[in-house]
Amino acid sequence: MYKAIVIGTSYGGFEALKIILPKFGEGFPLPVIIVLHIGDHSNENFLNYMNSLCQLHVKEVESNEKIQKGFIYFAPPNYHLLIESDFTFSLTTDEKHNFSRPSIDILFESAAWAYTKELIGVVLTGANSDGAAGLKMIKDFGGLTIIQSPCSALAPEMPRAALKIAKPPITLKLEDIAGKLIELSIS
Amino acid sequence: MKPANDEGNINMVQGTYNESNADLLNIEIQLLLEAIFLRYGYDFRNYSKAHIKRRILHRLGISMLSSVTQLQDRILRERAFFIDFLDDLSINVTEMFRDPEFYKSLRETIIPKLRTYAYFKIWHAGCSTGEEVFSLSILLKEEGLLDRCQVYATDFNRNVLEIAREGVYQKSDIEQYEKNYQLSGGSKKLSDYYKSRYGSVIFDKELSNKIVFADHNLVTDNVFADVNLILCRNVLIYFEKELQDKVIGLFYDSLVPSGILCLGTKESIKFSRHGNLFEIVDEKQRIYKKKIM
Repeated sequence: MYKAIVIGTSYGGFEALKIILPKFGEGFPLPVIIVLHIGDHSNENFLNYMNSLCQLHVKEVESNEKIQKGFIYFAPPNYHLLIESDFTFSLTTDEKHNFSRPSIDILFESAAWAYTKELIGVVLTGANSDGAAGLKMIKDFGGLTIIQSPCSALAPEMPRAALKIAKPPITLKLEDIAGKLIELSIS
Repeated sequence: MKPANDEGNINMVQGTYNESNADLLNIEIQLLLEAIFLRYGYDFRNYSKAHIKRRILHRLGISMLSSVTQLQDRILRERAFFIDFLDDLSINVTEMFRDPEFYKSLRETIIPKLRTYAYFKIWHAGCSTGEEVFSLSILLKEEGLLDRCQVYATDFNRNVLEIAREGVYQKSDIEQYEKNYQLSGGSKKLSDYYKSRYGSVIFDKELSNKIVFADHNLVTDNVFADVNLILCRNVLIYFEKELQDKVIGLFYDSLVPSGILCLGTKESIKFSRHGNLFEIVDEKQRIYKKKIM
């Protein structure tokens, strides 16, 4: 029933993703699309490392690329990542949003337009409020929304802001998130 | 140039557009882009739509209009309103020596090739407010080539060209630019090239003497003849695939044999139908050379 998972995270996100992403097995049926605030510079080393941990193929998004299952996509540093209604990616160099580029809100908002109710949105640890408005939009459009429980987050501000604004139905400890996503992906 | 205000967006989305009529919004946007093309000749019909949608919803929010159809009505009837809207659709975020590694590669791999010409032409397509054109001028001056070239810097947005012609930028951004300049392999200090005045910096006129700023639209206008180097960075990302192909073809036709094309670091000719007409000079920095056929 779901067609994609979008994840947003910043401070502590690297550690959190290391717990979640390697649990997705080879046949995981949904593309996973991630904005991680990582600074302006190339994240080649980070991607290589993540690839070595994961069974799915981890890659940085390219402009106009078609979204496919079997992949974990990361937004390139210093570009906003958007999803088109034909399920391809586009990139922009627009102004920072919530002091961030890539911005989680911008990904989530465009994903909500493209996937409407067939989307799962997840907000993990982070030290600002990017992603809260986007998560609300996913929920308003009928998608499923999940946050990491603030008390299990290295930086609770981001899931806390998402909790306040989006009121997601599901709050999970970090170690329970991968299992839940796997369960939802096959439901 | 305008801060994005998504609270406006989201409130408006809840008012008129939601998950049940997402298609309606897409239809109205398609009609609006068609209307703009027919009325004003600006062709956004093959731009990536997610970005356009975001900008349109933002404009709806701040204009107190409740649908794209209402927005279209005003755009068709009020030229001044359209000009404002044009700013929304134009890409105006740039910085000096953006992606310093690119400028480093330009200096090390392309400048020696340009040096072999007695005289050469450069086209900076989609120059926006000019920060990257001034960066290029500084680089050419340091390499002793500024007197041997003509630079055409173009954009479809006349407002940004006005800013580019002035060469006046905010002082608050200079620290970052200085850092970029040093990382790009600059041999002096950026402050050698500008004078500070109040909150602004003014770049030396010597740098812009060789630059012709001109109104040119990549989508609807024609080739530039016999250019040796084209820079078009972070413009193609805003286009759908077919339009990207068309514009890369336009660049091919504008370049002299062995002419150089520089794209943004997330843009590639790899998947273009003209990809085989270029060879790679620097894959990472997206620098290509027109093959001699």
